[in-house]
Amino acid sequence: MSDSTAASPPPRPYTPTHSELFFAFVRITLSGFGGTLVWTRRMFVEDKKWMTAEEFNDAYALCQFLPGPNIVNLTTIFGSRMRGVTGALACWSGFLVMPFVFMTVLGVLYARYGDVELLRRFLTGIAVAASGLLIATAAKMAAPLFRRFGPAPFVLLATAAAIGVMRWPLLWVMIVLVPSSIALAAWRRS
Amino acid sequence: MKVDGDILITLAVQFVIMALLAFGGATAVVPEIHRQAVDLHGWMSERQFADMFAIAQAFPGPNVMIVTLVGYHVAGFAGAIVTTVAMCGPTAALAGVLARTWDRFKDASWCQVIQAALVPISVGLVAASAIVLSQVAVRNWAAAVILAGTAAIAYWTRWNPLWLIGLAGAAGIAGVV
Repeated sequence: MSDSTAASPPPRPYTPTHSELFFAFVRITLSGFGGTLVWTRRMFVEDKKWMTAEEFNDAYALCQFLPGPNIVNLTTIFGSRMRGVTGALACWSGFLVMPFVFMTVLGVLYARYGDVELLRRFLTGIAVAASGLLIATAAKMAAPLFRRFGPAPFVLLATAAAIGVMRWPLLWVMIVLVPSSIALAAWRRS
Repeated sequence: MKVDGDILITLAVQFVIMALLAFGGATAVVPEIHRQAVDLHGWMSERQFADMFAIAQAFPGPNVMIVTLVGYHVAGFAGAIVTTVAMCGPTAALAGVLARTWDRFKDASWCQVIQAALVPISVGLVAASAIVLSQVAVRNWAAAVILAGTAAIAYWTRWNPLWLIGLAGAAGIAGVV
């Protein structure tokens, strides 16, 4: 990143207000396709310079460490760094309000027109493609784990089999797999 | 729509639990949503579940929003609020709190061990989602071919996924799948 070349981070000139935070995230969600992470980074690091590239990466690393929707968690971290708890709430609600409205409208439309034959067929086709895309995503994510020797491929396959094939409850699977995977990772490091 | 308080409480509890287990983001809990909504509680059919996933994927916005659709389907507007807040609230609060102490432990070795241990689990959950959704969505040979084709194109090329979604939607309208 070119903006990491500065020897010392410049003092943050300005702390955004609550409404600026709220509407920044509303705009990010209205930016449309291509993933909100891209737009979030662009706005916060490149356009508004509310965070440095390093701060952004740190916040993102924490989100990947935590459960829950990563990008939603990221909004709260931004908000709390900028304006504390209320700032976190402003970012969180700004990020969720428009998608929530869209999805509720779609839910209403689906309840009313979900049985229309043409829409039925269209959605059936989309569901097939969306599943195919998910297979590709899973394969891309899994590929680097299979290139190294270690417990990771086995943990991955055990998770996929327990949840995807056996359809066991997520809670019980995680209670067994998370400690096992941590133990394997710790054993491998020692 | 009549809203039953018990259903809202069930939704709240189940979706908070799911959120706290969602290592790897919202996609990680798609199989659990399916298990709860279709198999366990009978809130919707397989077909309706596949439809909702398709809608959530095809429209812009974070893919966690499938929980809003599910909540709306199960218990109307109140259900949509409950599932969205349950899925997005508690973990976000946790993130906000931990962000203040993260700098102190992010380089600790135990932290890196946990991180390394969670990666294969989160990828495994995404793979499980792909398995469950493929089984739900594919009902004939043409659909299986489109599934494999989409996966291969998305894996080996950098085509915009929207084209693939559009083409598959057209194939659906044509009555192929």
